[in-house]
Amino acid sequence: MNITVTLIAQMAAFVLLIWFVNKVLWGPMNALLSERQKRIADGLAAADKGRHELELSEQRAGEALKEAKVKASEIISMSEKRATEIVEEAKDSARAEGERLLAASRAEIEQEYNRAKEDLRASVAEIALAGAERILKREIDRKAHDQVLQDLVKQI
Amino acid sequence: MSAAENSSGSGGGTVEYIQHHLTNLCAGQCDPETHADAGFWALHVDTVFFSVVLAAVLITVSWRLGKNLTAGVPGGFQNFVESIIDFVATQVKDTFPGKNPLIAPLALTVFLWVWLMNFMDLIPVDLLPVIASWFGLHYLKAVPTTDLSTTMAMSLTVFALIIYYNIKIKGVLGYLKIFLFHPFGKFFVPVNIVMTLIEELAKPLSLGLRLFGNLFAGELVFLLIALIGGTLAVGAGALFWFPLQVILDLGWLIFHLLIITLQAFIFMVLTIVYLAMAHVEEH
Repeated sequence: MNITVTLIAQMAAFVLLIWFVNKVLWGPMNALLSERQKRIADGLAAADKGRHELELSEQRAGEALKEAKVKASEIISMSEKRATEIVEEAKDSARAEGERLLAASRAEIEQEYNRAKEDLRASVAEIALAGAERILKREIDRKAHDQVLQDLVKQI
Repeated sequence: MSAAENSSGSGGGTVEYIQHHLTNLCAGQCDPETHADAGFWALHVDTVFFSVVLAAVLITVSWRLGKNLTAGVPGGFQNFVESIIDFVATQVKDTFPGKNPLIAPLALTVFLWVWLMNFMDLIPVDLLPVIASWFGLHYLKAVPTTDLSTTMAMSLTVFALIIYYNIKIKGVLGYLKIFLFHPFGKFFVPVNIVMTLIEELAKPLSLGLRLFGNLFAGELVFLLIALIGGTLAVGAGALFWFPLQVILDLGWLIFHLLIITLQAFIFMVLTIVYLAMAHVEEH
């Protein structure tokens, strides 16, 4: 084999082609592949993170649920207590009202009774007077017997 | 065959047919009759033309692909190219110690360019010479890798890189030390020099000659198969010879497709291995 200008030309072509391949094929492709690699790694990391977050929020949700249950049962027991209280209060007030009404009716009855008694007293005096008049068939001196009558009335 | 008819000179037998096909289109300092090299300024126009055209094809396709690359889900052709790149990158990563941004593009260039140039071998042997003859070019050797100038140009470039990195990594003294004390130690210095010299020189020679030899032989077999239906078959004999030629041609074509890929792969791997050896501090 002779060393000719062909050899030199081919060497130059080879070196130039290496430069070109690096420029247009290897460079962009390598950048692209490493970018995709990074993207995949990022995606996997994000998925991991997501899974972790899901776990966390599930845990948080569970805690919140438990707390809510506790609170709810608290509220229920409180309201139950309050309900009994209200019932008790109602009972008390009802009883008090009843007693008050009873007392009022009693007082009224007493009043009526007294009034009736007074009326009766007044009537008795007159009846007695009228009776006596009829019996005596004459006018009794009211003044003279007033004292007697008054005593009579008091006795009734 | 028209190529045989085109060959000037006396006779026109099978030897001339083959010789004609194995002669480069020469320009500059060439023998005007045989187109053989006659000095330093002998330029094999066909070799340079086809290798540069294939390089241009490679660059253009890469450039057009590069314009619409996507980092997302790759499409058909991008996927194909990515798998090649990935294949080469894996070879480099497995073989080459440390980091050198030159090695991977170099290996990729070697693989793709050598494969494309080898692929010219699969184009029917007479097609391109016949087309060239229409334009008044009576010699054409279409496969650049069947020209020693191409294969040796690549292997010598790799050799230059081997020496450069040997000196860069080991230093001039470190590199000379290998010649003096490798492989038999300090008591056999003269033997060592000869052994290491042969070992180092064998690298570019074996690299270039292996590719050249394989492709040259492959081309020769294609020429012989072409002769079966061409020059040998006359008259009624063509009924037998022509189908035989088609079958043999197809068989060799399929086998050769494997060979050209294998040779491109071997050239690439040996390039990486030699440069990896240059980067290793001590043997």
